[in-house]
Parts: sequence; C-alpha cells; structure tokens
Amino acid sequence: MTLLGVRNLRVHFPTEEGLVKAVNTVDLEMKGREKLGLIGETGCGKTVLGMCIMRLLQPNTEVAGEIWYKGRDLLRLSEGEMRKVRGREIAMILQNPATSLNPVLRVGEQIAEAIRLHQGLDKRTAWARAVEELEAVKIASAEERAKEYPHQFSGGMQERAMIAMGLACDPALIIADEPTKGLDVKIKMQVVRLLKEVVREKAMLFITHDLGAAAEICDRIAVMYAGEIVECAETSEIFRNPLHPYTQGFLNSLPSRGLKPIPGVSPSLIDIPSGCRFHQRCDCATEICEEEHSEMVEVKEGHFVRCFLFGEKDA
Amino acid sequence: MADFVSQFRENRTALVGAAVILLLVLVAIFAPQLAPHNPIKASLDERLTGPSEKYPLGTDHLGRCVLSRLLYGARISLAVGVVVVGVAAAVGVALGIISGFYGGVLDEIIMRLVDAMLAFPSIFLALAIAGTLGPGLGNVMIAIIVVEWTRYARVIRGSILSVKENYYVEAARALGASDFYVVTRHILPNAIAPIIVVATLGMAPVILAATSLSFLGLGVQPPTPEWGMMLNDGRLFMRRAPHLTTFPGVAIMITILAFNLLGDGLRDALDPRARTEKELR
Amino acid sequence: MLNYILKRIILLAPILLLVSLITFSILYIIPGDPAETILTGPGGAADPKAVEEFRVKMGLDRPLHIQYLKWLNNVLHGNFGYSYMTEQPVLDPILPAFRATLKLAVASMILSLLISIPVGIISAIKQYSLIDNLSMTGALLGVSMPNFWQGLLLILLFAVYLGWFPVAGYGENGDFEHLVLPAITLGTSSAAITTRLMRSSMLETIRQDYIQAARAKGLSERVVIGKHALKNALIPVVTVAGLNFGYLLDGSVVVETIFAWPGIGKLMVGSIYMRDYPMIQGCILFVALVYVAVNLVVDILYTFLDPRIRYETKAKAK
Repeated sequence: MTLLGVRNLRVHFPTEEGLVKAVNTVDLEMKGREKLGLIGETGCGKTVLGMCIMRLLQPNTEVAGEIWYKGRDLLRLSEGEMRKVRGREIAMILQNPATSLNPVLRVGEQIAEAIRLHQGLDKRTAWARAVEELEAVKIASAEERAKEYPHQFSGGMQERAMIAMGLACDPALIIADEPTKGLDVKIKMQVVRLLKEVVREKAMLFITHDLGAAAEICDRIAVMYAGEIVECAETSEIFRNPLHPYTQGFLNSLPSRGLKPIPGVSPSLIDIPSGCRFHQRCDCATEICEEEHSEMVEVKEGHFVRCFLFGEKDA
Repeated sequence: MADFVSQFRENRTALVGAAVILLLVLVAIFAPQLAPHNPIKASLDERLTGPSEKYPLGTDHLGRCVLSRLLYGARISLAVGVVVVGVAAAVGVALGIISGFYGGVLDEIIMRLVDAMLAFPSIFLALAIAGTLGPGLGNVMIAIIVVEWTRYARVIRGSILSVKENYYVEAARALGASDFYVVTRHILPNAIAPIIVVATLGMAPVILAATSLSFLGLGVQPPTPEWGMMLNDGRLFMRRAPHLTTFPGVAIMITILAFNLLGDGLRDALDPRARTEKELR
Repeated sequence: MLNYILKRIILLAPILLLVSLITFSILYIIPGDPAETILTGPGGAADPKAVEEFRVKMGLDRPLHIQYLKWLNNVLHGNFGYSYMTEQPVLDPILPAFRATLKLAVASMILSLLISIPVGIISAIKQYSLIDNLSMTGALLGVSMPNFWQGLLLILLFAVYLGWFPVAGYGENGDFEHLVLPAITLGTSSAAITTRLMRSSMLETIRQDYIQAARAKGLSERVVIGKHALKNALIPVVTVAGLNFGYLLDGSVVVETIFAWPGIGKLMVGSIYMRDYPMIQGCILFVALVYVAVNLVVDILYTFLDPRIRYETKAKAK
C-alpha cells in the first residue's frame, strides 16, 4: 500500500560557486495515511526534497532517480500532468506563511482558486467551500476573515490559512515545510494540534527541525544530514534508541535533554566531506569512516541506520 | 574596496562607459590640437556642404567646420556638467546634512522645500529661471543647479538617517563631545559611494537640460559652438543638409549614454542587492 | 483610508505655499528693473516716464511682500496676472494651450504603456534571452537619446524623406497625422524608462515565495504570472506614473517647439522670447499645480491598488 516511493533521488544545483549537491541518494517510502517526519538542521536538503517531490525546483536543476506516486513516476510526467497532481493529489504547505501568501489577493480567494481549478466549482460555491476550509482550521469569523488580506492576519492565523490552502482540494499527501517555524510556543502547540487533527485521513511528510512537534504527530521519523537520510525508524524507537551518532547528538541538543550542541558546523553542500559525511563531527569516527561511505542497514525491524558502527560499505 | 573594484571590472558595459568618458575628456582638453579648422571662422562660400576630405563632417550654414565645432562643443558640455553637478552636489549635500543631522524644524523646512521644487517639472523650471535671467551660459548653469540640488540633498539625508540609528548606540557610551566631527567621520565615508553614483547618473540629466536649453536659444550665444545650439541651427536646413541634424545629436547621445553606463555600473558594483541578482543566473 | 487621503491633502498646503513663493520670486530675479527691461526696445533706452507709468500700472512700485500677497490673492481668485504683451489675462491662452499639451501627453502615455508593459513583462519572464537583451539595450538607448534630437530625426525620416506625415503643425484641431510623430517622440522616451521599471519590478515579484506557493497549488504558469505576479508588479509602475507625467510635461517643451504644437511648452518658450514675464510665471504656476494634482491622484490610486495601505495592519491575537 505504498503511496509514495522515492528511489535513489539526487538533486544537484549548478551555481557560480560550484555544484550544490543538495540531495544524494535518498530513498523514502510512505504508506497511505502515514505521517513521516523529516528532521534535520537548516540546509540539510529537506526542503529541497519536498520541493522536488512537487517538481517546483528551478529548470536548470539536475534531478536523477524516481519518485513513485500511486503507480506513476512523477519525474517522468509532463508539466501539464504534474500540474494536475499539485494541489489535488499532493499539496505542499510552504515555509514562511507571511511571504507565501500573496499580499494583494484576499485570503479566501487564494483558497477558492485552488478549489475552482481542481474541483471545477463555480465562483460562489468555491468561495463558500473556502470559508468552510477556514472554519475547519479554527479561524474565528471565517466569513469576514476570508475577505481580508494576509497582512491583516496574525502569524498563527497565516499558518492556518496556509494549511487550509493545502487541504482545500483533499489531497492524499500533504508536505508540510516547517509549519511551526517562527511561532511562539503557545501558537506552535495549537498549530501542531490542529495539524494532527486535519491530516488524520491523509499521509503527511512533516519537514521540520522541531523534534518535539514531529514527535507529536509522526508515526515514523527520518533523520537527514548533508543531503542524505542517516536514520529512519518509528518515532518512539528513535527517541528510545537512537543509533546514529548524529541522531543522538540531535536529541542531546534538545532543551529537555541538556541543550548540548553538536560540535562543528554542517558541511557545505558543495564540498562534501569524503566517506561518511558526519565523520568530522563524530565522536565515534574510525578510519573507515573517513574513507568509505556506509550503506543504509536495517538493524532492527523497521529501524534503518547508515553508519559503520552497524553497517557495511556502500556497494 | 577590493570587492568593489573586481565587481566593477566584471561589468564590461560600465568599462565601456568609463572609456568613452575618458575619450571625451581628452577630446575636450585637446580640442585645439585635434580640430582641423577654426570653429568660429565662417566661410560663406562653403556653406552647407556635406562630409568631405577638407571638412570631415561637413560645414554648417555659415560654412564653419562641423567637426571642429563638435570638438570644441565637448568642452562646453563637459564643463557645464562638471560645474553644475559639483555645485548642485555641494549645495545639496550641505542642506541634506543639516536636514538629516539636526532633524526637527530645519529638517521639515528643507524637506518641504525639496518637495516644492520637485512639484515643478525640472526642465520647465530651469527654463523659467534661465529665461528670466536672460541668455548666457552662466544663467543656464544657475538654473540647472537650482533644479538639480534636490537629489543630492535626499541621498545624503537618507544616508545620515540610516547611520544615525547605529551611531547613537556608540554615542551613548563614549563621546558626546565633538559629535559633529565624529558624525562626519562616520557618515561621509558611508555616503560617498551613493553620492558618487548619483552624481555620475546625474550628469546625464544635466547635459540633457543644458543642451535642451541651448537648443531653445538660451545659454551660449553664437558664435560659440554648443551641441544643442548646433542642432537648432541645423533645423532650418534639414532637407539640404541633414548632416547638421545628425552629428551633434550623436555627440550628445554618446555622452549621455556613456555617463548612464558608467553610473549603472557603479551602482551595480556598490549595491549588494543588485549583485545577488546577477549571481542567481 | 479617507484619513490617509485627507492627510495627504493637508500636507500639500505648505508645499503649495512654497510653490507659490518660488513662482513669484521668478519675476524678481530679472536682472535690472523689470519695467525698464520690458520697455527697452530696439530703439534704445526706454523713456523714463513710460517706465514709471508701466511700473505703477503693473504694481511694481509696491514693496515686495505686498506684491506677493496681492499676487497670491489674485491667483486664489483665478487671476494669474496679465500678459505684458497683450495685456489680456494670462490664463486666456494657457487653458487652450494646456488642452493641446494634454492631448499630446495622453497619446504619448498610451503609446508608452502599450510598449513598456508587455515588453517589460516578457523581458522579465525570459530574463537574459534575446528579447530581454534587445529590449534593455533599446531602453538604454532610448533613455540616452535627447528627445529633441529624436524628434528631428523622425521629422527627417518620416516627414522630409518619406513624406508620410506633415513636418509640423497642429492640423485640424490636433488631428491624427499631426499627432503621430510628436507622440512617438515623447512616447518612446517615456517607454524607455517604464520598460526598465516594469522589468525590474516583475523580476522582483517572480522571486517572491507566494509565486512558488501559487505554482504549488497546480495553477498554470499563465495564471501565476497573469494574476499573482502582475497585480503585485504593476504597483510600482503606477506609482511612477505621476513622475512619468512630469517627464512628459518636461519633454513637451522641446517637442512642441520642434513640431509647432501649440501646447503650453511652446507657449512658455514663446513668452521667454517675448520677455512676457507674467506669462512665464502663469505658465509655470499652472504646470506646477497640474503636476501636484496629478501626483495626488496617483497617490490616492496607489492606496486602492495596494491592500496593505488600504487596510492598516491589524494585529489580532490568535
């Protein structure tokens, strides 16, 4: 019942400074109604991954691999076919609602246009549905609010409007990119709770660096570092038994666990370190870590790690 | 600074602009040596001849050599440009500093004055002033200065306002005495760059205004050669001698174009945002 | 929003006052005595008695501030002064002249927008393509070309050589064939500026997050550009429309002179030759007032276009 299958995905951007290898050999699988958290620090490639699934990257980006969705490879679809997928089958809730909402269009209109496009409803019906969507994300006085402009909404309301926009056409998969970023704690909790409720019947790829939020909603968590997945397991398992040194470090950096930062900085995606990408910051690094790149290994059922402590060399 | 120079060098069109301006300056300085004939010497039996070996760009309605007049005309246009921009910048910067630094009522008055000046279309106002003062290059220059100072006042005031925020943090600690001195130390270095950009780009409207006013009969008086005036003289003989309406115009256009290219290049090199746009290619 | 409009209008008062002062003072920068200067004909110095009569008649013998107040009072009552030449009210020729200029300005503006908006948009969408490079080069040349020269060249080519259009003149009340060349001259100069602006505004808009968000919804590129991008990108262009009008007014001075178009620019130039100082004063005051009015209208228009101004930000909790 695999809904989304990402195989061997590679995304490279040619820039003036060099080739940015944002995503390297990522494999992911999601079942219908599964909530997968994609965790990582800023710049590890998780947003790029999300945008790639939606095929929203710049035309000169080099993309290789396969993205299977309901039996079709999204990377092989024509632009016209892909447009039918966007919003209708897979919806993305972009980062930064303040800048992702068009300032000169009413909020209701921004939701209604997607409805008109994918569900072919007329203006009035679509508008009514848009108001319903705003109510569903718990925006008070939705009727009046729909007529307002984004700058009249507070930060939390804007995020909710983005969620409403994503849900409007009833997609099977939602990609939520940092929905809690920049919100204060109370609002964050509300958004997380709301999300949990509204995506109950859907699959969701929850991209974030906020482990706490991910823990609330996600069934499984995949940890991403320097463009690749380094560990993937059920949520409870990741917290109870983190195997990859990076995951452990990440957990230790949480306020609840002592706020211990991982030494060093995340590597540039242009000059990727040799061998294991984490070896320069890893306490457990050995000789082989510097030279060879490890494969993903299933250490326990459903628990995958990419690390020489457990696994073997990349074929 | 090194960053700026390398940025600038990469902008080829700006370099072309700079080169052309340099050429013009040299032409203006060495006009007496370069000109094949006396620019004000009339030769009535050689009127309105087209380009020939003796007169590379032809003669005008009084038989004077067009090329020679163009070369000497460069002196006038460039000199006017430099003087007007220089004085306008000086006045504008002075007023802008007062406005920005002292703020309050002075700021209000000066800014209202700027707004009032900008309520007139610039050439109209310059025309009215120059027209009332009477013919003569000096009057034209005064008129254009009156119109042009506002842009410099605004630029420097903007610079001051943005630095003032930062400065007060420091001021709270150490100084207090000699704050004017320190402010000029901090502000002017920051402001020099945008002033240079505005001044370079500001040459174009000045030369345009000066040649326009000369075209209308104000400014230099015959027989002194001036590009705008030459175009006006040539108007009456368009059919017989089209070269008279072509060459002076080309000269004006090349000059303005060169300053625009240079100014654009300087602005791109100094404005970090413009730089990132190029990098996104 | 009404507040905003009222505020703008009130702010204008001191500016208008200064404008009137500036205009008034133009008369007083005349070197020497105005009366003498006027009456000094080709025959030699003027008769002192005639000069004195003239001074009294024109009120030049009163102290400066009295003259200013009297003048201001007149202006507020619609009396912009009397021409030294015709001794008729200055406004009499100004109004029809302005009508002619307006006709030219509107035609030029329409032409300018018809060119600059589509070209600017296409240049932005296909950045660095051939069209982009060509149009930007064209714009640069257009900006650098003095409009009086351009007018002369157009006359040379289309009127003198090809004979398609009349060389100059107003024709039957400003008919089409007389309007074409001057409108092209002014319109293309203005288009050069607006195209660059449209392009940079569009480029900036396309890079915004909400454009990606629109694409993420599955909207076609046409809707993304035409609806989401355009509405934002046009805002700065409208804002500059007022400045553009000023630019057209400026251009009208030489263009009307070259094409013998009886507009206010030509009137002003003529009155300079005639040393008709009240007429000069009247023209410039009129033009300034019109320009201020146009800018006010554009300001108000702008508030309609940008909802961020129209509805002040309300910070609501939750």
